[in-house]
Order: sequence, then structure tokens, then C-alpha cells
Amino acid sequence: MVEPGTSFGQRLKSALADSLLAGVIAFALFSLVLGLRTEDNVTGLTLQPRPMLLAVAVGIVFFGRLLLNLFVWQAEYPLTTPFAKLFTRDPFDRRDSLVLAATAALGVLAFIGSAVFDVPAFELIAIALLAFVGLGLLRRLIVHVFPDMPYAHIFVVGGIVFAVLFPLTAYALDKMLNLGLPLRYWFDLSILVLTYVMLGWGLNIVVGLAGLLDLGYVAFYAVGAYTFALLATHFGLGFWMCLPIAGLAAATWGVLLGFPVLRLRGDYLAIVTLAFGEIIRIVLLNWTEVTNGPNGISGIPKPTFFGLPFSPFAEGTTFSQFFGLKYDALHGIIFLYYVILVLALITNLVTLRLRRLPIGRAWEAMREDEIACRSLGINTTITKLTAFATGALFGGLAGCFFATRQGFISPESFTFIESAIILAIVVLGGMGSQLGVAIAAVVMVGGFEALRHTEGLQSFFGEGFDPALYRMLLFGIAMVGIMVWRPRGLISSRTPTVALNDARAASPDLVGQGRA
Amino acid sequence: MAYFLQQLINGLALGSIYGLIAIGYTMVYGIVGMINFAHGDIFMVGAFIALIAFLALMALGVTMIPLALLLVLIIAMVLTAAWGWTVERIAYRPLRDSFRLAPLITAIGMSIVLQNFIQVAQGARVKPLQPVITGGYEFFKDGEFTVIISNIQILIVVTTLVLMTAFWLIISRTALGRAQRACEQDRLMASLSGVDVDRTISLTFVMGAALAAVAGLLYLLYYGVIDFYIGFIVGIKAFTAAVFGGIGSIPGAMLGGLVIGLIETFWSAYFTIEYKDVAAFSMLAIVLIFFPTGLLGRPEVEKV
Repeated sequence: MVEPGTSFGQRLKSALADSLLAGVIAFALFSLVLGLRTEDNVTGLTLQPRPMLLAVAVGIVFFGRLLLNLFVWQAEYPLTTPFAKLFTRDPFDRRDSLVLAATAALGVLAFIGSAVFDVPAFELIAIALLAFVGLGLLRRLIVHVFPDMPYAHIFVVGGIVFAVLFPLTAYALDKMLNLGLPLRYWFDLSILVLTYVMLGWGLNIVVGLAGLLDLGYVAFYAVGAYTFALLATHFGLGFWMCLPIAGLAAATWGVLLGFPVLRLRGDYLAIVTLAFGEIIRIVLLNWTEVTNGPNGISGIPKPTFFGLPFSPFAEGTTFSQFFGLKYDALHGIIFLYYVILVLALITNLVTLRLRRLPIGRAWEAMREDEIACRSLGINTTITKLTAFATGALFGGLAGCFFATRQGFISPESFTFIESAIILAIVVLGGMGSQLGVAIAAVVMVGGFEALRHTEGLQSFFGEGFDPALYRMLLFGIAMVGIMVWRPRGLISSRTPTVALNDARAASPDLVGQGRA
Repeated sequence: MAYFLQQLINGLALGSIYGLIAIGYTMVYGIVGMINFAHGDIFMVGAFIALIAFLALMALGVTMIPLALLLVLIIAMVLTAAWGWTVERIAYRPLRDSFRLAPLITAIGMSIVLQNFIQVAQGARVKPLQPVITGGYEFFKDGEFTVIISNIQILIVVTTLVLMTAFWLIISRTALGRAQRACEQDRLMASLSGVDVDRTISLTFVMGAALAAVAGLLYLLYYGVIDFYIGFIVGIKAFTAAVFGGIGSIPGAMLGGLVIGLIETFWSAYFTIEYKDVAAFSMLAIVLIFFPTGLLGRPEVEKV
């Protein structure tokens, strides 16, 4: 923000100087690694210059920074204000509405442009702009209709109702009206999202509540998955039998790994958990006699519905025979959806209840100040261990579910990147906030899936463009960006469940969301 | 015996590379108190810049190898330092007064960004380079087995020794080094006595990145093959080295690097090569749990 009364000329001058510097730096950074591409050749590596790409990248940095300087950082009224207000209850004023209207107009223009000039990329921009406008309008509607109800409640109730009704309604509608919807794909995607919601909630206990940064969470996920896979393939045990065993096995590992690292402070602990996660993965990869190494374990059975399998034929009665339905592969998938939904909700419920118990309060107190906690006679060793074990338990349950859903597991699925994704979901959602984590999981996993299916980008960047490649890049950028922009997460809740009334008076809306 | 000696030489060369990277971790931890998780990836970017610069010079007709390597060294150090500076400016400086884990989380994000940026920009396949420096000396002969010190190994150890000495002199003799040590002890007090804290921290990142670039170049010449993922494992090992030597201590980082390099080499030579990373990771866990102050470090005082 600049001094009021600075003339536009002065602002333009300083903005230009700053953007030029950024452009020069960007040129230095990108000149070799982006401007020249190494290509394999018969004679060895050769270089292929890409001046256009370099120019575009530097141009994006220069103009992006110029626009940000002029309209956000140095502007009296930052154009991003309506964006920031999306997450609060502050009323929109006239300027916000103007921005919203302008965005809507731009969106419509882009839409028309995409139709007229046949550029699918415009369509994408249009959808993004209009989605933003839609969110803004929805927000105003909510503020109008429920002036006193916290957002969180609306989201929670709406989300759970939607999650419960969605598959059955979609299935029934599709069957009755013969719509031919891509239900299989929708359900698979929802199951994936719910798995990440559950993992996020599980890790949230460790990171969000207890404040222990665990970079090896995927190890427990792997332990759960491998426990079930090995028990099922060697001893023929079923999913329901193995689910608690897998959870307990993971929790045991949580205690085993947690015990030695408890003396460590924040970032050392993070690195050691990362090391443990990698050790478990490397052992799974190399201990071929038991885990079948990189080839993984296949033929993992699906869960049954109270003993009724979801298959066209079986030795006993199948699900469809018992209920007199025509066999449909979707039945099994819908069932899986409900299994993970229930598992996730159990995770959430247990967390919410634990937060009210002494142990949960000890976790939150430890997160806020470990030394003060010890001084007050809280046994931090036990407190940390329970957090580790509880988090690991849910990781193990999720892993068991993952194994049964995939039917095949290999160490490939349990890399550090997976831990980083789960951590990012927790961080971006706002550490400690259950609702935030759920929304972050939906946005991240769903958003990436959407990216995978955009032909629009392909036409924009050329044939060889593979959006999946950019997934992790965007993911990292989002992680850094959101952390810098809102260190407490998009929907933040670092406020303890119990706090003094004075603290409450200081930030009533945060406490309100903390109860979500 | 001869086999042992050969492994010792290999381990020292590898350890020197780890040591160079470890200095970056240890300086940053000393001054800002955070683990620069992206440092391993800065090393990887440095290796890529070195590779591309080398190929570009070859294409431009600079075929005199020593001159080309010297130019590559300078280019890689300067450009990688720019990357280090940018990473600090974008991801760490805005969070300097945030809660303790915030910069670690952006560091992980930055690590993902750098890895995937290089993957997108340069492709996911490994990049091989023909051996540039060949030959060596027969050092010792024991029956069938000949112990060889290759020229590249000599280059690695000499370069590392020279740079180590240079940086150690910078830290202990110059105004910049004094400012760094002042910031390390008390940032607020340092700023009150006229030390530009932001600039000092930026320069620390620049120095760390420049050393990582040297390590990247040496790694490229030694192994002759790089890919976008090398930064992760090498970074973890270098971090282990930094902790083992005593985080915050530059000679300690070098010592730790040598120890880690030797452990890894001997483990691969005498035990199983598949589990060599497990050895490194276990080493990290053991060191952090049992010797958190390391060999040459000072114990950290917990202040309320």
C-alpha cells in the first residue's frame, strides 16, 4: 500500500522499475534451464534453443509483477479485495460489486471469444472467472439468508448431506432416466477424494492438533495396506477381519517410530519421520520374499456386504442374488464409496470427541507451547505418543481401504510425494480445522483431476503438452503461495478448542470456525 | 587391504561432494534456524545449469577442457546463486516471523516446485554426459587388485579443499562473515548495531547455493549422469552430514560429509547396495536422536 495521494505517474514509475528488475532476474534464472533444452541424440546430448518459451516466461514474470504492483500491492483499492472477502463475512461494498460485475463481464466475453475464435483455452478462463463470480454471489446469498449462522455449519451440513445422498441419487436418476452418466468415473473420483479427506483428517491429529510435523505419514498408510494385502493373500482373511488388524498394526508402528523421536524438536522431528517413511518404503521395495518387491501384491479381495460378495457369480449367494437385483459392477463401487465415507466420518467424529477430552486439550496445549505444557505437569511423552498412534491408526485404516479398492499395491504408491500431498492438504486447509482439511482435499484432488481432463490447455500450449506433468508443479506453487499469502491456511483454525474468554473476544470468527 | 583403500578413496571423493552441500544446510540453519529443505534441489538445479552450460560452450566452440570447465564453474555458481536468492526471497523471507514450521512447509513446497520445474523444462529422462576428465594414477598394487586414484577424484578433493578454505576465511575474517555470526547469535541485536539482517541472510543463501552449484558440477563430472530427482536423496544425505558434524559449524559440515560418504561407500562395498539409502537414513535418525549436537556443534539452549 502506498501513501495516499501518490500520483499515478509515480506509482507507474516505481512499478516499472520493480518489474524490470524482476524480469532481469527471471531471465537469469530461466536462460539456461528453460531457454535451452537437452535432447538425447545418437551422438549424446544436444541442445535445442527455445527463445520463444524463454521470452514468454520472462514476459509473464514482468507483466504479472507490473499488474500486481499497479493494481494490488501499490493500489489504494487492491483488486483482490473481493477474493480475500470470499472467506470472511465482511460485507461487500460498491467497489467489490463493481469488480465482481467486471469479472462476470470478462468471463462472458471470454466465453463468446472461445465460441467465435474456437480457442478452448478461453473457455477455461471463462469458467474460472464465472466460478469466482458464482462463489461471490453464493456468499452474498448465504450472508443474506443465514445472517447469524457460521459458514462452517452451512458447509458441514451441506457437505455431509451431499456426500451421503450423492451416489444413490446419481445412480437412481441415471437408471430411471437412462442418462448414461459417467458414473463409474464419478464414483472412483469421489472415493479418491474421500480417501484423501480421511488421510488428511488422520494427519491433522498429528500436525494440526499436536503440532508435530510428520513427513512420513505415508509409512502408516503403507503398513495398513501391506498388512491387509499379506493377510488376505497368505491366510485368506477378508477385509472386515483385517481392517482393525491393519489399523492396530499401523498404530503399533506409530508407537514404535514415535518413541525414539519424541525428544526431537519441530523440524528435526519432521526430518526423522521423513527418514522413517523412506526406510519403510525401501524395505518394502527390497524385501522381495515377503512383499514381492517392486512387483507388488495383486489379487487383494474386495469387501463383502455382511458376507455377501459383489460379484456376478460366487460359491454362496451374491449381493445381487440376495436382493434380487440385476448384477451391476457399480453396486460394489457404491458400497466402497460408503465404506470410505463411514471410515472418514469416524475419523472426524473421533477427532472431534478427542478434542473435548483431556488428551485432546493436552495436544492443543502442546502445539501452542510445549515448555509451558511440561511445566504444568502434562506428560508430553505420553501426549505425543498418543497423537502419533491415533494418527497412524487412521492412516492404517485408510491404507487397508486403499489396498482393497485398488486390488493391487506396490511400493510405488507410498513415496514421499504422497506424504507431501497429504501434508499440503492439512496445511492448505488450515492446520487443526476439520472442515478446512475436507475442503482442501476436494479442491486439490478434484482440481488436479480436472486439470488432467482439459483439452483446452493442450490446444493452447501445443500438441506435446501433458497437463498431468504440470500437476505437481502447480501443486508446489500452491503450497508456497498459500503459505505465504495465508500462513494459517485458507480456512484457518489454530485457536485451541478451549480458550480464555479474552482470547475469544479477540477473534470471535476464528473461534467460531474452530468449532467446525 | 587394497579393496579397502580403494573404497576409502571413493568414499572421500563422494564425501567431499556431500560436504559442499552440507555447508549450505549448516549456514542457513545457523543463521535462520530453519532446515532449507529445497537446498538439495538447488544442488540439482546447479547440476543441470552446469550440464547445459557445458554443452552450450562445446557448441560455441570452446573445446579447451580446462577453460570450459572454469567458465562452467563460474556460470553455474552465479546462476545457481540467483536461484538460491530467489527461493529465499519468495518462500522464506515473508515467513520469517511466522510460526516455526511455516518456512519448513514452504521449503517442501519449493523443493516440489524446483523438481517439477526441471522435469517439465528438461524432461524426466536421465541426462548422460560423456566422461570429460579421464585417466588417473596407479596408487598401490596388491596382487590382482590395483588401487586407482582417478583425476576426477583428485579434482573433487582439491576443489573442495580450496572452496572450504575460502569460505571459512570469509566467515571468520570478513565483515560479511562477522555480520553472519552476529545474526546467528542475536538477529535483533545485530540489526540494532547496524547489520543489514535481510541482506546478510540473502547472502548466506547465495553462498550456500553457489557451493551447491560446485557440488552439482562435480557430481555431474564424477557420475556422468543426472536427473531431476537427484536432489532429494543427496540433499537428505548432505543434511545428515550437516547434523552429524554439528549443525551451524562449517568444518563440522565437511567432516560430517566425509563420514557420511565413507559410511555409504563401505556399506555398498561390504554389505548390500540395495540398502545403502537405508543406511544413510538410519544414520540420520540415530544421529538426530542420540547426538543432536553433532561432532563439532554447540548444544542448543532452550529458551522460554
